[in-house]
Amino acid sequence: MGIRKTEDVKSSQPEKSKSPLQLAMRRFLRNRLAVAGIVIIIIMVSIAVFAPLLAQHDPRQSDLINVMQKPSGENWLGTDSSGRDNFSRLVYGSQVSLLIGFFAMLFTLAIGVVLGSLSGFYGGKVDSLIMRAADLMLIFPFLLLVLTVMAILDRVTIGIFITIIALTTWPNITRILRGTFLSLREKEYIIGARSIGCSDLRIIVKHFLPNAIGPIIVNATIMMATLIIIESGLSFIGFGIPQPTPTWGNMVTEARSLRVLTQHPEAWVPPGLAILLTVLAINFIGDGLRDAFDTKSNM
Amino acid sequence: MSSKTSKKQEVLFEIKNLKKYFPVKGGVLQRTVGHVKAVDDISFTIYKGETLGIVGESGSGKSTLGRTILRLLDPTEGEIIYNNEDIASLRQGKLRPLRKDMQMVFQDPYASLNPRMSVGELIEEPMIVQNTLSKADRKQMVVDLLGKVGLGPEARMKYPHEFSGGQRQRIGIARSLSTRPKFIIGDEPVSALDVSVQSQVLNLMEDLQDEFELTYLFIAHDLSVVKHISDRVGVMYLGRMAEIAPKKSLYDKPLHPYTQALIAAVPSTDVLNVREKTPLKGDLPSPSNPPTGCAFHTRCPKVHDRCKVDRPELVHMGEEHYVACHLYTNPESKSSEDLQS
Repeated sequence: MGIRKTEDVKSSQPEKSKSPLQLAMRRFLRNRLAVAGIVIIIIMVSIAVFAPLLAQHDPRQSDLINVMQKPSGENWLGTDSSGRDNFSRLVYGSQVSLLIGFFAMLFTLAIGVVLGSLSGFYGGKVDSLIMRAADLMLIFPFLLLVLTVMAILDRVTIGIFITIIALTTWPNITRILRGTFLSLREKEYIIGARSIGCSDLRIIVKHFLPNAIGPIIVNATIMMATLIIIESGLSFIGFGIPQPTPTWGNMVTEARSLRVLTQHPEAWVPPGLAILLTVLAINFIGDGLRDAFDTKSNM
Repeated sequence: MSSKTSKKQEVLFEIKNLKKYFPVKGGVLQRTVGHVKAVDDISFTIYKGETLGIVGESGSGKSTLGRTILRLLDPTEGEIIYNNEDIASLRQGKLRPLRKDMQMVFQDPYASLNPRMSVGELIEEPMIVQNTLSKADRKQMVVDLLGKVGLGPEARMKYPHEFSGGQRQRIGIARSLSTRPKFIIGDEPVSALDVSVQSQVLNLMEDLQDEFELTYLFIAHDLSVVKHISDRVGVMYLGRMAEIAPKKSLYDKPLHPYTQALIAAVPSTDVLNVREKTPLKGDLPSPSNPPTGCAFHTRCPKVHDRCKVDRPELVHMGEEHYVACHLYTNPESKSSEDLQS
């Protein structure tokens, strides 16, 4: 930008300059892979939103007469071991997988931002307390913890699933945010905010968080990809969202049977590809965002 | 400007025995194993309307002194009297309304402005926090202040990264003025700027001082900058005040051997009158383990036995000239001829 000459003589209201966030977005949009990622995610989200229009069958409706059907005009991707239509399940599965990925990410982020801010801002005893709690969570084997909780609960809904994931994955983002706060703490503009009498809350919200937005967005994106994988993984071993709710993860579960694995690739390849594409796309977006925010140039 | 001091003797700040020690943690249990004595028992007065310059090497504690006076750091000990009130022990909540009277201009114009806020937001923020004006008045004030520091009104829509160092420092100054403070601490406000820009900013600060009736505490490591702007000058060494005097007196007849060495080290443009130079040897000792007695005795060319044991107090040498040196406190141990050398 820069070359904005003073041709705006007549307009008394000067044009607003690009903020650093807008500049980062410009850099991001120049990154082809990241834009491709955005396109794929938009497609995935559209599929999820318009699922009722795309799928002709109820994904939960089993039909025990027509199990393990090969693809046909009626069932484009065949049916699974309970006779449910694979294509409808794939389409509806995107809803659940994306919802879980997105909301588990939001929930984890909320915990991480609050605890990380408190920890990095106040330091001392508050910091020690939060960090020891984070350490405690990290030394628990994640899978064991999740499996135990899932085993205790007799019915796992999407809400419970999201909560469990958020309550077990918050330490990472908390640590990242704390680290960012610590590095910002000695900046003169933070001391300057104190010197004009800003309250603690104002300093955190107006001065720390806007400057930590880069690491927050980047990590949130990559976390979302991880959470989609976690959902698939847990569903695969049978501890995720239970049947008949369709998710990409529990569709892949079908491939645990050797017969499906060898003779019905149409049952498990599409959901596998969907997971792969989505996670890859999100990671490209994350990489693009990281590059956009990391650039030291002021342009 | 030095004539001002003789007229204006109304006290704005009185600093008494101020100390700021930073604990040094060590070992597995993070126990306090020592202290960095960044500000070690400093007392002085700041008069209304004056510019008090503070000079010292890096690590002498001058920035810590400034931040402690504004209570951006909590003092370990001592009193800071402002308006007959000791603000050294006030809680942060009680301190907040007082902050509109005292502001700070920072050293690094690239780090002292929040890069995510536009210039308008930056200048407006102190007024929002201190709740001094209505929204429309605040916007008007932003434009006025930008004009005062020599920037156009269109600057308020821009972001700090679009400005040069000197311009950013002007923005920092406008921000510090927005609550109409009485007292501004300049923490090396020009040392990060080009020499050509330095004088512009210094002149701006002098003009603003007259217009807004400001009192400055001007921290610098550069004697020539301090000489330009100050009415009185204090010289710090290792967290202590070595000498404090009206500018003319300090530069014409420095008493402390450290001040003498500093002034001798200022590059001179006068070829005909080359001063004899005796550069100081060694580095500043560690403030976590300062020398006993006079902190300067390890590098002092005029050191004698007493300096290694007794810590000198500031003594009045007439005309507001104070010095902390045993050459002047203990005339019986040294003959008066030696003093004059």
